[in-house]
Amino acid sequence: MIAEFGQISLALAACLALAAAATGFFANGPRLVLLAGATRSMVAGQFVFIAVAFAILVWCFATDDFSVAYVANHSNSLLPIQYKISATWGGHEGSFLLWTLIMCCWMVLIVIRSSNYPERFINRVLGTLSVLNLGFISFLFFTSNPFTLLVPLTPADGSDLNPLLQDFGLIVHPPLLYAGYVGMAVPFAFAIAALLENRVDGAWARWSRPWTNFAWAFLTLGIALGSWWAYYELGWGGWWFWDPVENASFMPWLVATALIHSLAVTEKRGAFKSWTLLLAIAAFSLSLLGGFIVRSGVLTSVHAFAVDPERGAYILVFLALVVGSSLLLYALRVGQDRVQVGYALLSREFFMLTNNVILVLSLAVVLWGTMAPIGYEVLTGDRISIGVPFFNTFFVPLMLTLAAALALVPALNWKRSGWSSVKTEIIHALPGALVVSALLWFLTDPQSLTVLVALSLAAWIVLTHLQDLWRRSRRKGAIPLAYWGMMLAHWGFAMSIVGVAITSSQSIEEDVRMVPAQTQMLGQAQVRFEGINQVQGPNYESQQGQFLVTREDGSQFQLYPEKRRYLAGGNIMTEAGIEAGFWADTYISLGEPLGGDAWAVRLHYKPLVRWVWIGCLLMALGGSLAVMDKRYRRLQQRQNAARRPAAGGMGAKEAQA
Amino acid sequence: MNPKRKSRLYLAVFLLVAVAGTTGALMMALEQNINMFYPPEDIVSGVAPADTQIRAGGMVADGSVRRNADSLAVSFVITDHLGADFTVTYTGILPDLFREGQGIIVQGKLGADGVFAANEVLAKHDENYMPPELMDMAVHAEKKGA
Repeated sequence: MIAEFGQISLALAACLALAAAATGFFANGPRLVLLAGATRSMVAGQFVFIAVAFAILVWCFATDDFSVAYVANHSNSLLPIQYKISATWGGHEGSFLLWTLIMCCWMVLIVIRSSNYPERFINRVLGTLSVLNLGFISFLFFTSNPFTLLVPLTPADGSDLNPLLQDFGLIVHPPLLYAGYVGMAVPFAFAIAALLENRVDGAWARWSRPWTNFAWAFLTLGIALGSWWAYYELGWGGWWFWDPVENASFMPWLVATALIHSLAVTEKRGAFKSWTLLLAIAAFSLSLLGGFIVRSGVLTSVHAFAVDPERGAYILVFLALVVGSSLLLYALRVGQDRVQVGYALLSREFFMLTNNVILVLSLAVVLWGTMAPIGYEVLTGDRISIGVPFFNTFFVPLMLTLAAALALVPALNWKRSGWSSVKTEIIHALPGALVVSALLWFLTDPQSLTVLVALSLAAWIVLTHLQDLWRRSRRKGAIPLAYWGMMLAHWGFAMSIVGVAITSSQSIEEDVRMVPAQTQMLGQAQVRFEGINQVQGPNYESQQGQFLVTREDGSQFQLYPEKRRYLAGGNIMTEAGIEAGFWADTYISLGEPLGGDAWAVRLHYKPLVRWVWIGCLLMALGGSLAVMDKRYRRLQQRQNAARRPAAGGMGAKEAQA
Repeated sequence: MNPKRKSRLYLAVFLLVAVAGTTGALMMALEQNINMFYPPEDIVSGVAPADTQIRAGGMVADGSVRRNADSLAVSFVITDHLGADFTVTYTGILPDLFREGQGIIVQGKLGADGVFAANEVLAKHDENYMPPELMDMAVHAEKKGA
């Protein structure tokens, strides 16, 4: 009964988390130095035991051990092996075990890098993370145990993994997304440690920055992958639905994006300190809120794991404790060394502030739109849903304002900039961007003025950033990686804007009834329905449509969308046929058979839809590049050198360096 | 004014305008985009407003799905199995899990003739999953039955 070892492993990890939390917070002073040092080993121990528990669960899936309830509910002997393994995180319990495992990975990474930070500080960080981890493990243990046994009523076979999740997207989407969600715990723990140690300073901001960037990059990738998965797997051809669960991941992303920028100001200029702290606390709290939304079933969503009030209540109490205690600490400690940092209207600080205000407003919109149905139900007992137009009404103007502010940023100096420094941006780049995008706009499909504005702003961002790159490259000295990171991320943002603007305004979508040999125009292309073939998959049988698409220039390609019926659960699933291209996708999916040979068919032509995700990819790449900047390594060497003669003496002085 | 105060003033004005603008717009947009949910008995009894974007839900009645022979138009009956049912018309592709006897949610407008013209039909992606709106109804129905 290997599953019982998984259980024991979880319990041991919980004990270590408790012990590490105690030593992390309370083992101070010279006599407890050994105990304080043990914190790191105990963090490593949490990782080992959670990893063992996870490995055991994977093993149970791989060997079809249906005596474990979770395996019996989420797997089937017919499932291909790669999906048996990914089914480990295909349901609530296992995905939360993965969440905890990833939490432990972050903690171990901090232990590995711990020589970069003062001993007491890092113990506080690890203590905070251990408290959180203890909360996660007890949640697993008491409300969502993946190792619950079905003995003696062991079923002969499992009830299968939801076919939507039998896909490459599911193998990679949750680990990446969780790495982002849980990664937000790191800047949170750094903020708590900074508050406890009374060192909310430039050094703290510098320590937090790489971790925040790294977690943010994962979150960006996770969200983009989720959107891509929804696009090809749900068969509707959409890439964002403002679904509560999408919003759940988008909210921490918005705050984390604000945090990245605000941390930069805190590090370089010592400004926005208390605001940065608040953002760090908010980013992680919103990650937990996301967990609550997904796992409590309070909201209608395609992702809802299960409708279980007990789990929802647990997360809600945990969330309240985390937010409550961190805000209390914040209120007690913040503002003790208030410094006034002046800056002009035309300065990098002010534009970073603009960035933060817009991102926080965007957050308010998403939070409101996501939570209003719950509030409304609590107050009136009636159920409501909030339509997609609500979100779009706000997001379009907010994101365009953000883009406009972003275009000017590279030319701005800290503290104050003269008109001359932004002159070229406004006199040369702006008209250039306007001309280019207006030309494109007229050549393609001049419908919406918003699209023209979006295109111009995106082009403006690219041009001003290129200008700055050109200026930099003529100066002496290598261009730091962090700068390249910023470039890539901002270009990525521009690219996503173009993708969103074009694909949402110029997609062609036809839902039609088709019989074999019938042709249908899709924009400039001709689509011919050749017929339906029966295809046998490993654990499903499928009706596969055959379509021949002839483009305007005469080139042809075939698409094979499928309607699958999974044998174990009898689930019906749509598998879209997609001809993916850098410039446009052709997307065909089968609706339902309409009697005779006729089928309902969904034909989409989606220009630049890939740009939405490629842009996200660039953003994530930019975030990771910034982490690898040499200055973080230099910091380590300098500190190691500084520690030997005399500890301390860092902080405010260093922030100026 | 000294520069510190000046920058603070800019900040305050900026924040105030941004927050006020957003709040106003938020309320307005919300007004237009709220979709109330109504169970079948409210649709039938006239509690639900006509000609307003709303949501309704229930079970698809057995044998009620009628398709148009040469378009994607379809009509079906939604019932709560307690005597309240109404007809829904829809043009387009129905979701994979749409079938007779399945719980679904429709979004659209209720006509003066009592026919619900749906522009969206939602069925969830997991056989075992039931939207919370319908869950309440199921519990309600059980209580009535008992």
